[in-house]
Amino acid sequence: MFGLGILAGLLIVPLVGAAIILSLRGDDADVRSNARWIALFATVATFLLSLVAWGRFDPSTSAFQLTETHAWLAETIRFKLTVDGFAMPFILLTTFLMPFCILASWEAIEHRVKAYYVCFLVLETTMIGVFAAGDLVLFYLMFEAGLMPMFLIIGIWGGKRRIYASFKFFLYTLLGSVLMLLAIIAMYWHAGTTDIQALLQHRFPASMQTWLWLAFFASFAVKMPMWPVHTWLPDAHVEAPTAGSVILAGILLKMGGYGFIRFSLPMFPDASLYFQPLVYALSIVAIIYASLVALMQEDMKKLVAYSSVAHMGFVTMGLFSLNPQGVQGAMFQMISHGLVSGALFLCVGVVYDRIHTREIAAYGGLVNRMPLYAVVFLIFTMANVGLPGTSGFVGEFLTMMGAFRSNPWVGFFSAFGVILSAGYALWLYARVVYGPLEKPALRGILDLNRREMITFAPLVLLTIYYGVQPGPILDTFAPPTEALIRGVETAMSAVKTAALSGN
Amino acid sequence: MYHAIVFLPLVGFLVAGIFGRVIGPRPSEIVTTALLAVSAFLSWIAFVSVGFGSGATRVQVATWMVSGDLVVDWAFRIDTLTAVMLVVVTTVSALVHLYSIGYMHEDPHRPRFFAYLSLFTFAMLMLVTADNLVQMFFGWEGVGLASYLLIGFWYEKPSANAAAMKAFIVNRVGDFGFALGIFLVFVLFNSVSFDQILPRAGELKEATFRFLGHDWNAITLACLLLFMGAMGKSAQFLLHTWLPDAMEGPTPVSALIHAATMVTAGVFMVARLSPLFELSPDAMTVVTVIGAITAFFAATVGLVQNDIKRVIAYSTCSQLGYMFVALGVGAFGAGIFHLFTHAFFKALLFLGAGSVIHAMHHEQDMRNMGALRRYIPFTAAMMAIGTLALTGFPFTAGYYSKDAIIEAAYTSHGGGAALAFMATVIAAFMTSFYSWRLFFMTFEQAPRWGGSHDAHAHASGHAGSHHADGAPGHHEGVAHDNKGHDVEPASHSDLEPGHHADHAHHHRPHESPLVMLIPLGVLAFGAIFAGMIFSRFFIGHDAEHFWRGSLGASQYKVLEEMHHAPLWVVLSPAVMMIGGFLLAFLMYIRRPDLPARAAAQNPILYRFLLNKWYFDEIYDFVFVRGAKALGRFLWKQGDGAVIDRLGPDGISARVVDVTRGVVRLQTGYVYHYAFVMLIGVAALITWYLLTGAGAH
Repeated sequence: MFGLGILAGLLIVPLVGAAIILSLRGDDADVRSNARWIALFATVATFLLSLVAWGRFDPSTSAFQLTETHAWLAETIRFKLTVDGFAMPFILLTTFLMPFCILASWEAIEHRVKAYYVCFLVLETTMIGVFAAGDLVLFYLMFEAGLMPMFLIIGIWGGKRRIYASFKFFLYTLLGSVLMLLAIIAMYWHAGTTDIQALLQHRFPASMQTWLWLAFFASFAVKMPMWPVHTWLPDAHVEAPTAGSVILAGILLKMGGYGFIRFSLPMFPDASLYFQPLVYALSIVAIIYASLVALMQEDMKKLVAYSSVAHMGFVTMGLFSLNPQGVQGAMFQMISHGLVSGALFLCVGVVYDRIHTREIAAYGGLVNRMPLYAVVFLIFTMANVGLPGTSGFVGEFLTMMGAFRSNPWVGFFSAFGVILSAGYALWLYARVVYGPLEKPALRGILDLNRREMITFAPLVLLTIYYGVQPGPILDTFAPPTEALIRGVETAMSAVKTAALSGN
Repeated sequence: MYHAIVFLPLVGFLVAGIFGRVIGPRPSEIVTTALLAVSAFLSWIAFVSVGFGSGATRVQVATWMVSGDLVVDWAFRIDTLTAVMLVVVTTVSALVHLYSIGYMHEDPHRPRFFAYLSLFTFAMLMLVTADNLVQMFFGWEGVGLASYLLIGFWYEKPSANAAAMKAFIVNRVGDFGFALGIFLVFVLFNSVSFDQILPRAGELKEATFRFLGHDWNAITLACLLLFMGAMGKSAQFLLHTWLPDAMEGPTPVSALIHAATMVTAGVFMVARLSPLFELSPDAMTVVTVIGAITAFFAATVGLVQNDIKRVIAYSTCSQLGYMFVALGVGAFGAGIFHLFTHAFFKALLFLGAGSVIHAMHHEQDMRNMGALRRYIPFTAAMMAIGTLALTGFPFTAGYYSKDAIIEAAYTSHGGGAALAFMATVIAAFMTSFYSWRLFFMTFEQAPRWGGSHDAHAHASGHAGSHHADGAPGHHEGVAHDNKGHDVEPASHSDLEPGHHADHAHHHRPHESPLVMLIPLGVLAFGAIFAGMIFSRFFIGHDAEHFWRGSLGASQYKVLEEMHHAPLWVVLSPAVMMIGGFLLAFLMYIRRPDLPARAAAQNPILYRFLLNKWYFDEIYDFVFVRGAKALGRFLWKQGDGAVIDRLGPDGISARVVDVTRGVVRLQTGYVYHYAFVMLIGVAALITWYLLTGAGAH
C-alpha cells in the first residue's frame, strides 16, 4: 500500500491516531472520551498489525526480514526498516503493552487528556522505530526522539518532584547520546555507510572498537540503567504516571540491552571481550547493590524501580557472557521483565489511584478487602522473585547459568540476587497485602474493577505461559544468538591468529 | 496413569482456587479430597508395579526450554525411589485433606486452604517425579511457595507472616547453593537430565573445577552445592531456623508439609543423586556430620519446648538428621526407609496434636493441658502409637528404620561415622524422653485447664509464660508470639462475633469428629506395620531387587554389613528408648517437681536450650539487621551522597547557573533537549555533505 511495508505501517498507525486526536476540538467530557477510545483503538490496531508482521516473520533464520527502504536524507542514509529475531519480540512487546498503558490511564489522567494520548502514540512510533530501524541514523533519531514524549509525560502528568526527575533524566541521557552521536559519525567515516546490515559485516580495527564501544556504552548503560548511572531511574519512576512507569520499565530500559546486542557485541567484538570484566563487575554490583537498596525503600514505586536495576544487571551479565544460555536468557529476561515489571507498576497504580499515596507504610491488610488484587500482586511478586513456572525464572536462570559457564565467580555473586530478591519482594508484599486492615483510609477500598481485571488477565496468563513454555520467544532468539556468537568467536580466533603470526 | 497422579491435584487446585468462591467451601473440599484420593490409589498401583514388577519408565510430557546445548524437559522419571515418594506424598496428602475437612470446619477461607494443599501436592509430585535437575528445582521452589502460602494462611497474624517470609527466604539461601550446583553439573556433564548425569558420573571422578580461587574435586563441589539446597529444604543445622516458626501454619499443614513430605525433599534429592554422592567421600562425610549434628542439636532443643507443635517440629528436624546420617554413611535405602516410616508416625503425631488442639479449643501450650486421656481416649491411643513408633518400640515402624540407621552408622567406615553413631544414640535417648514428656504433660498428670483458667489460657497466660521463658521473641523486626495461637486472629473474631462464641461456654475437651479420627487410624496402622511389612524390601534381603538402579549401587554392601553389627549396638537404641521413657516417667509422673528444679539449677543451660541455641537472635543480628543497615547505607550514602552529588545534582547545579544566564527559553528542558539533538543531526548531515559526498 502506497509502497509502504508492514513495518512502516506499524510506525504510521499510532501517528494517524495521534493526528486524529489532535484534530479534535474542545476539551469537554465527550472529547476526552473520544481521545481515549481513539488511542485505545490505534494501539490495538497497531498490536494486531504487529501480529500480522509476526505471522510473516520466519523465526528459524538469523536473517533480516520484512525489509523496506525509502529515499531519505541521502544515498547512503536511507529510511530503512528491517527486523531480525532479536528485534521482532521487542516490537511485539511494545505493541502489546501499549493498550494496557492506555487502559491504565483511563481514569487516572484528568487534565490535558488529548495531549497525553498524543504523547503516548508518538512514543509508540518512536519505540517501534528503534527496534525496526535498519539504519544507524534512523536508530539514533528514534532512540533520542522517544525521550521527548517521555519527558513531557513525566514533566506534565508527573508527581511533585517531576521537574527534578526530568532534569536528572535529561542530564544522564544527554551525555550518553552526545557520545553516541560522535561514535556514529566516526563509524560512518570509517565504513562509508550507516546501514546496519552493512556495518555488521564491517570489521573495525581493534583500537577504534575500544572508543566506539565506550561511546555506545555511555548511552546504553544509562538507558539500561547500569550501576552507577542508575539513579535517574527511581526518581523518574516515582514521578511518572503509572502508564509512564510501565513504558519506562517495560520498553525504554530494553533499548539499552537491545543496543548492546545490535551494535556493541556484534560490531565491536574485540572491545566487548576486552570490557567483559568491566560489564561483569558493574552487573554484579547492580544486582547486589540495587537489591539491598530496594530492601529499604519506603516508596512502592522506588522499590520496584530498584528491583528493575537489579534485574537489568542480570541482563547485562547474560549478554556479555557470550554463550547461548547467557545471551538468550538475557533477551528473554528483557521480555519477561517488560511484562512483569510493567504489571508490578500497574499493581502499584491500582492502589495509588484509590489512596493517592505510594508510601508502603500507608498500606497493610489489603487482602481483607481486595482478595483478587492480592492474588494478582502475588503472582507478579513471585515472577519478580524468579519463581520457576513464571517467566521471571527462565531469564534469571539462563543468565546465571551463562555467567557461571563463562566465569564461576560471576555466577556465584549473581546468585545472591536470588536470596535478596526474595527478601525485598516478599517483605513488600507482606507489608502491603497481609496483616490486619487497620488504617482508616483503607476501610472502604474496593477490589479490582472490570477494566483492571481485563488489564491484568492477559499479563497473568502470559507470565505463567512463558514460564512453562518459553519456547516461542527463546526459539526466536536462538538463530541470531547463534550467529552472534559465531561472529564473536571468529573475531576472537582472528585475534589469536594475528597474535600467533606476530610472534 | 502418571499424568493422572501428578496433574489431578493441579486440577483440584485450579477448581478450588478459581471457582472456590463460586461453588462454596463444601464442594471445594470434596473435589480436592476426591481427586487426591484417586491420585493416592493410583500411586499405590504404581508402587506395586514399579517396586515389585518392572514398571520403571520415563514419561515425556513436554519440552520446557532449549537454549544452545541445554535441553530441559517436562518429564516424569519413574523408578522405585519415585514410586516410594509418590506413595508417601499422595497418601499423607489425601489423609490430610480428609482431616482438614474436620479441622478447618470453622474457617471462612476453606476453599483457599484446600487449593493451597492441592497446589502443594502438585508441586511435591513434580519434585519427586522430576527427570532433570531443573524440573526438580521447579517442584522445589513450588513447594516453597505453597509452604509460604500455608504458613501465612492466617494472614492477619503478624507472626504467621513473619514465619512465612522466613521460611521462604531461608529456603532461598539453600536454593542459592542448589542453583549453583545445577550450573556446575551442567558445565561438567553438558546436561541437566538424570539419565545423562548419573550413568556418566564415574567418568568425572577425578575432574577438578576452579571455583572461588580454589581447585575442587568437581564431583565433591557439585554435591556440596546441591546439598546446600537439601539443607535448606530439610531444615538441617544452620538452615533449620525456619521449621519451628513454620508451626504458625494450621496443624494439618504442619503434618503434611513440615513433617511428612516437603522437609524430606532434601533427603530425596540426595538419594536421587546418590550415584553422584557416593563418588565423593568428602561430600558423604559432610552429609553425615551435618545430619549427626542436626539429630543431636534438634533433640536437645526439643527437650524443653512447651508448645506441643514445636516439640514435634524439633523432633522432625532431629529425625531428618537421622535420614541424612543414613545417606551419608552410604545406607541410602535405610535413609529412604526412615523417610517412609517417619511420614506415617510423624504425620500421625502432628494430626494427633491437631486433635488435641482442636479438643482444647486451640490451646497449644502443654503447660495448660494434662489428664486429657480420659476425655479424648482415641486421640490419646493414637498419640501413644505414634510415640512408640517414633521412639522405636520393638516391631513398630521406627524400630526397623531408626535402628537400621544407628547400626549402619556403627559399621560404616566413612568419615564422621563414629560421631554420627554417638550422636544418633544419644539423640535416641532424648527422642524417647521428649516424646514421653509430651505424652505425659498432655494426657497424664493433673489437669491444668478448666473454666476459671480459660481466659488465662487464651490471653494473659501466653504473654505471661512468654516472658517467663525469657525468650526475646522477635525475628525480622516483628514481634513473635512464641506460642502462636493455632486459631483465627483476634481481629478476625471481631468481624465475626459468633465465630468463637460457640466455644465460649463448654470447656470440656471433646473428641474430634470421625472425619479427623479416620486419618489418625490409617496412619496409626502405618506407624505400626509399615516397618514390619516393608523392611525386607527397603533394607533387607530383597533390597537389591526392590531398588534396582534407582539408588547408588554402593549401598548394598553397606546394608549387608549393617546386619552384622555387634549385639550391644543392636540393643543400644532399645536401651536408650527405655532410659528416656523411665526418666520422663520419673520427672513428669512420679516427681512432677523435678523439671522445675532441674531448670532452676541449670539456668544457663535451660535458657540456652529454650532459646534454641540463640540461632534466631544471631541470624537476626547478623543477616537481617546487617542487610537492612547495608541497604540503607548504600541508598543514602551510595546513591544519595556519592553518585547523585558528584553526578547529576552537581552537574545540574552548574548547568542551572549557566543556562539561567545564557538561555531563557520559558518552554522547559524538553526543548533544550530537542534543540541539542537537532544540532547533532544537523552537524552529522553537514559533515556528510562536506566529506561523504566527495567520497563517491
